[in-house]
Amino acid sequence: MPLLARVHVTPKRGILDPQGKAVQNSLHALGFAEVQDVKVGKYIELRLREAEPQAASARVREMCERLLANGVIEDFQFQLERDGR
Amino acid sequence: MRWGVVVFPGSLDDRDALRAAGCVLGDEAVALWHKDRDLGGVDCVILPGGFSYGDYLRCGAMAKFSPIMEAVARHVRDGGLVLGICNGFQILCEAGLLPGALVRNRSLSFVCEPVTVRVETAETFFTHGCRAGEVLELPVKHGEGCYVADEATLAALEREHRVVFRYTDRAGRPTPEANPNGSLQNIAGLCSAERNVVGLMPHPEHAVEHLTGGADGLRLFRSVEAWVARGAAAGPAASAPG
Repeated sequence: MPLLARVHVTPKRGILDPQGKAVQNSLHALGFAEVQDVKVGKYIELRLREAEPQAASARVREMCERLLANGVIEDFQFQLERDGR
Repeated sequence: MRWGVVVFPGSLDDRDALRAAGCVLGDEAVALWHKDRDLGGVDCVILPGGFSYGDYLRCGAMAKFSPIMEAVARHVRDGGLVLGICNGFQILCEAGLLPGALVRNRSLSFVCEPVTVRVETAETFFTHGCRAGEVLELPVKHGEGCYVADEATLAALEREHRVVFRYTDRAGRPTPEANPNGSLQNIAGLCSAERNVVGLMPHPEHAVEHLTGGADGLRLFRSVEAWVARGAAAGPAASAPG
């Protein structure tokens, strides 16, 4: 069965995230005072050919490091699952 | 001298860069296609402004994998000169040829205005025709020009005098009001450790004629010309700063 990788890319801690700040301010203006911090990132889905999960995971990590995220400003994490689509 | 301006899909300011080098300076200036694998013997490569690959994913993220960037990296290793303007600066950071990154302006707004920058060091091929401390007026136009880097990188840049331009007011004071995008330490441009790669957000190629708003950028291009002429006069092994 093919695999689905769900990749999340978020601004690194300590890096300015003006977009997150703007969203936070708007949420506060709407009365959601409990919001303490907002980070706006990216969600990327990759559909992959059937492969052994450990090997696929190493490949997705490489994709993140080389292209999908910029390690200077962003962190990434991903989950791999069977793509039942 | 011979200039090469790389044209990526989505480049915007390649024509102005070619015009500055070719028509205004009167040098030889050639366009280099992003799929080219060699630089055709140019002395200085310009990575121009624009929106290469539509700024998809991150500004400059796609362009760094263009075939020509391997040739640019080789040129850098061999001590060749590379200038990245705006999107070109973003590409140099993405490619790891300059440290740090350029992120969304702190205001979240696109800025398009003339700014004043202070020349922080004359010890580069691009600024040796200026005095350190001199203030130049150049236009900016970008949405992602906020320079960020970690503490250690920023400290190294300052220690090694690698900040080439800083946003300041006309009197040369690096105030928050003079900073158009929220860049850390008001950094507008910097150079590599070997000082042969310079990247900046402002556009010197749009400031080469008084008719169109000022010619401060021309002095920077003339610096490169003089640098290359001096290197040529001294022989190929002596193109380092004298």
